[in-house]
Amino acid sequence: MPSVPLSWYLIVALILFVIGAIGVFTRRNALVVLMSVEIMLNAVNLVFIAFARYRGDMTGHVVTFFVIAVAAAEAAVGLALVLGVFRHRKSVNVDEMNAMRY
Amino acid sequence: MFEQIFFWLLSGGAIVTAAMVVLPPTGRNPLYAALALVVSFFFMAGIYALLLAHLMAVLQVMVYAGAIMVLFMFVIMLLNLREDELGTERRTFAKLLGGVAMVWVGLKVALVASAVDNLPAADATTPAMASFGTVEGVGDMLFRQFLFPFELTSILLLIAVIGAVVLAKRTL
Repeated sequence: MPSVPLSWYLIVALILFVIGAIGVFTRRNALVVLMSVEIMLNAVNLVFIAFARYRGDMTGHVVTFFVIAVAAAEAAVGLALVLGVFRHRKSVNVDEMNAMRY
Repeated sequence: MFEQIFFWLLSGGAIVTAAMVVLPPTGRNPLYAALALVVSFFFMAGIYALLLAHLMAVLQVMVYAGAIMVLFMFVIMLLNLREDELGTERRTFAKLLGGVAMVWVGLKVALVASAVDNLPAADATTPAMASFGTVEGVGDMLFRQFLFPFELTSILLLIAVIGAVVLAKRTL
């Protein structure tokens, strides 16, 4: 049995998730908001892998694989959106992205 | 013993560098945040390796620290934001409230997380298989039990590629 209890990994993941959520709530640069979402996804991956280790079940690894794939798709589409908005409005501030049609 | 030392080093590094993404000490340029995030992803890969998720540690470095963060840096350098284009980061009461609320929720969930060691199921088994977390073990599972979601992932990535090209080509 590993010498580090499972709850320590969960609390590390929790701290990372809270850091990411604070970034989403407080930062206004769209790029930093996207990066904070990546931190939150990573925290969730850590929970899946920690439980996989402590229960001896590799399903968590497969779920993490899918989360990584979804994160890659999200980053590609999100950054394309940021590029499109910046080309139009010369700003990446999410407070100014408040119109459905401009 | 060594596991604990590595746990503290890797998790401490991951948390400090993740905090540098959100609250950068070096200024508001998102390039510094992206660099800190790359370091954070490497620390996370170390934690995955500590949890015997070898394939996931390699994928973390290759896909996250490699592909996704290169994409981020590419966009940051392509935009080449000047100081006035970064916009104003006002410190409003609502943001403070959001930050405090997240910390409060985190403390509450920490109580639940710390109770997980007392569960009887949590300390049941060590991984018996030698292939736990390796390419062979995860790949076997991926191509037998999870074949359909795996194929759907390729369609998802195809849609993301097409969507990114369409969004970046036209003016919105």
